Amino acid sequence: MISSSYFINVVRFTLLVLVQVLVFNRLNFFGFINPMVYILFLYWYPIKENRAVFIGLSFLLGFFIDFFSDTMAIHAASTVTIAYLRPAIMRFVFGVNYEFQSFRLGNATRAQQITFLALLIIVHHMVFFALEIFSLANILLILKKVLAIGLSTLVLCLLFSSLFSVRKE
Amino acid sequence: MQQIINFIVRNKNFLLYVLLLIISLVFTVRSHSYHQSRFFNSSNWITGNIYETSHGISSYFGLTKENKRLVEENKMLRDLLFNKKTNTPVELDTANIRYTIVSGKVIKNSYSDPRNYITINIGKKDSVQPDMGVITAKGILGIVENVSNKFATVQSILNENSNINAKIKNTDHFGSLIWDTQQYNTAQLVDIPRLVPLTIGDTIVTGAMSSIFPENIPIGTIKKFNLDTSNSFYYIDVALFNDMTNIKNVYIIDNINRPEILELESNTVTNDQ
Repeated sequence: MISSSYFINVVRFTLLVLVQVLVFNRLNFFGFINPMVYILFLYWYPIKENRAVFIGLSFLLGFFIDFFSDTMAIHAASTVTIAYLRPAIMRFVFGVNYEFQSFRLGNATRAQQITFLALLIIVHHMVFFALEIFSLANILLILKKVLAIGLSTLVLCLLFSSLFSVRKE
Repeated sequence: MQQIINFIVRNKNFLLYVLLLIISLVFTVRSHSYHQSRFFNSSNWITGNIYETSHGISSYFGLTKENKRLVEENKMLRDLLFNKKTNTPVELDTANIRYTIVSGKVIKNSYSDPRNYITINIGKKDSVQPDMGVITAKGILGIVENVSNKFATVQSILNENSNINAKIKNTDHFGSLIWDTQQYNTAQLVDIPRLVPLTIGDTIVTGAMSSIFPENIPIGTIKKFNLDTSNSFYYIDVALFNDMTNIKNVYIIDNINRPEILELESNTVTNDQ
């Protein structure tokens, strides 16, 4: 059981990195929209696992994406931020009951799932574009990018998550 | 002591987060300032090979167009050759060679970030070194930044750190070519003095001040010009000749005299002090 969950996470990790760098980094929809679907890894990652491992893994995930897209360590910084904030976001979205043993992401309502994903994406994109553009003078540009790219990320992530839905265990 | 350990154990997730965040910020900020010391770039073995494999598959789809482009370039070069005024056969005297050229293929291109890098499939093995110029048949593309054995990353002219000496064709008024990160088909030429007569459509080429690029490599044409805030220099929008979204074959230029130029320049600087 445990080994299969490890296996699934490793496969997910690899596939998401490859899909991100080989497909979505080249999309350039309207010239600048490249959705970041690798955030799904953090959405899907089991809730009750060791938090330190989760933060480390997320850092590694961002790092791999950085490697491929020559973005220094911006992906790593923003991914590790949402990894750290994930429990707080979950408490906000699902209430306290997410800490119970019986809680599964698949059992939550659709609206809750979407809110959870959207919050992850917004925080991630805010950190990402603030670091990438790195100037307060361009705050409008940052907001524009967060909005446009965040929306496309959300749509694609929802499509992916309904394609490969988490099994109801 | 006990309390410190307790504190660390209690807040280990937070501390881990802060540590990782600081690591990534340090890497990010460091590469803002020293552009040569980027540790993580797509010229390394793993990313290079993955990109090369994916390029090997996707490159089949553009072969006809790419062949056409290469034939057009050949035709242009033949035109130049046949219409040369001297009719002596082409001499290949090594004493006259100032530049050597290697060709490569783009395996990864980006143009939507503020700092864009291109990865090409040749590296140290093909005697590519950092700070060599990269061009295509149509014009300038960028400067080699990091090199591994088989791959290299190129700082594209669509990069906010890019700064290339450029001039207006057939004059000696030179300025710097930069990019304001807005549009991928437009770069900016700054520091051209106000007294220079400009017309929309003038051609911009590389200048002679650079030890990286040969003179007169095409860059683009003037699309729009305004005076900058100091009212003494022009701020010129340059429409690039290259379609930066669609680049396949590139040429890497090695200036044989560059080490000598650099040595001379550094000697001059030390003498001045």
